[in-house]
Amino acid sequence: MSFPWAKQYEPTNPLMKYLDEKLPLPRLVYNAVGAGYPVPRNLNYMWNFGVLAGFCLVLQIVTGVVLAMHYAANDAVAFNSVEHIMRDVNWGWLMRYAHANGASFFFVVLYLHIFRGFYYSSYKAPREMVWLIGVVIFLLTMATAFMGYVLPWGQMSFWGAKVITGLFGAIPFVGEPLQVWLLGGYAPDNAALNRFFSLHFLLPFVIAGVVILHIWALHIPGSSNPTGVEVKSESDTVPFHPYYTAKDGFGLGVALLVYCAFVFFMPNALGHPDNYIPANPLSTPAHIVPEWYFYPFYAILRAFTFDFILPAKLWGVLAMFAAILVWFFLPWLDKSPVRSGNYRPMFRKFFWFGLIPTMAALFYLGGAPAEEPYVMFSQIFTAYYFLHFLVILPIVSSIEKPEPLPFSITEEVLGSDDKAVLNNKAEPAA
Amino acid sequence: MATTTDTANTQVVAEDGVRRRDFIEIAAVATAGVGGLFTILPLVSQMAPSKDVLAESTTELDISALEPGQSIKAVFRKQPVFVRNLTQAEMDDANAVDVGDLRDPQTLAERTLAGSENILVVMGVCTHLGCVPLGAAEGEVKGEYGGYFCPCHGSHYDTAARIRKGPAPTNLEVPAYTISDSTLVIG
Repeated sequence: MSFPWAKQYEPTNPLMKYLDEKLPLPRLVYNAVGAGYPVPRNLNYMWNFGVLAGFCLVLQIVTGVVLAMHYAANDAVAFNSVEHIMRDVNWGWLMRYAHANGASFFFVVLYLHIFRGFYYSSYKAPREMVWLIGVVIFLLTMATAFMGYVLPWGQMSFWGAKVITGLFGAIPFVGEPLQVWLLGGYAPDNAALNRFFSLHFLLPFVIAGVVILHIWALHIPGSSNPTGVEVKSESDTVPFHPYYTAKDGFGLGVALLVYCAFVFFMPNALGHPDNYIPANPLSTPAHIVPEWYFYPFYAILRAFTFDFILPAKLWGVLAMFAAILVWFFLPWLDKSPVRSGNYRPMFRKFFWFGLIPTMAALFYLGGAPAEEPYVMFSQIFTAYYFLHFLVILPIVSSIEKPEPLPFSITEEVLGSDDKAVLNNKAEPAA
Repeated sequence: MATTTDTANTQVVAEDGVRRRDFIEIAAVATAGVGGLFTILPLVSQMAPSKDVLAESTTELDISALEPGQSIKAVFRKQPVFVRNLTQAEMDDANAVDVGDLRDPQTLAERTLAGSENILVVMGVCTHLGCVPLGAAEGEVKGEYGGYFCPCHGSHYDTAARIRKGPAPTNLEVPAYTISDSTLVIG
C-alpha cells in the first residue's frame, strides 16, 4: 500500500519496461525504498536504526559466510581453526574482528531501534504487527548471537553454552531431559558444537525472511514519525529517495566510523580474554558473564536468589524470558491515545528517569560479579523493570493529560498548515 | 543531478544549471562507492591460499638410493611429483626423437639440470585435466612411448615425460628444483 500521491514507477528504458512486465523487481525496490515510498518529512536520526540494523544483518551474513569457509566445527580443531583464521587466512583477522564486533554493533543498533519504539510508542496501532515481528527478530538475533559465541570453543564459549542450556534444565519435569537433548550429551561437546554451527548458519537467513515481513508490515501504514500524528496529506511526506536514502547514508557513514574504530583499534574491547583459552570442561572461569548485549537479561536471571513456591532457579529463567516477552504486550499495556513521548509529560518522565536508568543499571549489573551489593541492586532494578511495563505504563497512560498535538506533521515542521487553517474555520466552536 | 523532485533547492541553481550541492552529492557517492569497492579486496583475497598452505611450498627428497630405472613418487603442494633416475636406454630414446615433430618441443637436456641429466623431475599431473598418470611405480602401464600414460583420457608421454599422443596439450610440468649432493629440493 501507499499513499495516493506516491509516485508511480514508469520505466522508459525498453529493457526496464520488459523486466517490469515479466518480473517487476525494480518496481518493488522503487516502491519500497525508492521515490515511490512517501515518508513523513520530520523523521529524526532515531529513524536511521532500522536501515542500520538491516545493514548489520548483511554485514554479518557476508563476513559469516567467509568465516565458515575457514572454520571447522569440531571440538578437537575448532579453537585452532579460529587461530588459523587469525594468522594464516588472508584478511582472516579482519573478517573475524568485523564479525565479532559486527555482532556488538548489531545489538547497539537494535537496542536503539527498540528504545526509539518505546519512546515514540511505535508499537501502537496500526503498527502492532510491525512491533510483534520486531520482537521475534530480536529473539532470533539473540539466539543466533549466543550460538555464534560458542563456535570459537574457548572457555567463555563452552561455559556460556553450559549455562544457557542449563536454563532449560530449570523447567519442571522435562527440564533435564530437554537440556540433554538440546546438547546431544551431558555437557557441551562435539554434538552441541556441530548443531550450534548448523543453526548459527541457518538462523540469519530466517531472520532475513522475518525482516522482509517486518518491512512489509511497516509499509502498510507507512513509517511513524516523532509527532506521532499520522500523515494527512502530501505536504506531510517526502519521497524515501533521495531524502531518506541520503539521511540514512549519512547515518550509516557515522555509524561505520564508530564501528571501524572498534574493528581496527580495539577489536577485543567488547570481548572476554578468557575466550582465548581453549575450552576446558573441568575448569570454570572465575568470572563468567555472557557477551555485553545480554547483560540486562543476565542481571534479571541472577536477581532471583530465594525459593518462593517455585525454586529460585526457575523464577530467574521465567523472569529473564518474561523480560522480553512483556514487550509483546506493549501495544495493549500502553493505553494512551497519543503516541509520541514528546506530548506525554508523565510518560516522558518515567521513560527518562525510570526506564532508561533501570536499563543502564541492569546493563552494568549483568556484567558485575554475583555478589553483594550487586545482587541486591539487581533485585531492585529487576522489580522496577517489570513495574514499569506492567503497572506504571498502564496507569500513567490512563491518567496523564497529554500536551496538545499539532494538527499535522506539516504544521509541526513549518509552523502552519493550510489544511489546518481550513479545519479550524470549519469548527467555529473551537 | 538536479531532479524535479528536489524543489527545496531550486532557488540555489546557478546560471549554468549546476547546483553547489551537486558537488557534495558526487563527492559523497563517489567516496562511498570507491570505499565499498575496496571492501571487495579482502572478500576476494581470503579465498586465495592461506599462509599455512603457502608454507608447504618446498619438498626435500634424498635421492642417494635412487638407482637407474627407479622412481620416487613424492608430494609437492599436495600434488604428486615423479622423480625418476633414467636408464641409459631411456635417455637414448628420448634424445633420438626429432624435437621439431613434438607437440611441445623440448629436449631432455632442457627438462633436466646440467650435470644430472638422468634425474627427471616432473609433476605427476596430466596436463589435460589433472589426473595422475601411470608409469612411475613398478608394473604400471607406461604407454606406447615407455614413459607415462594417463588412464583418464589416454595421453601418452615418452621417457622424457613429453606429450606424444592423446589430448594433453603440453609436456608434464617440470617444477623448479635444485640438486645438491644427493638432496633434491623442489620449490
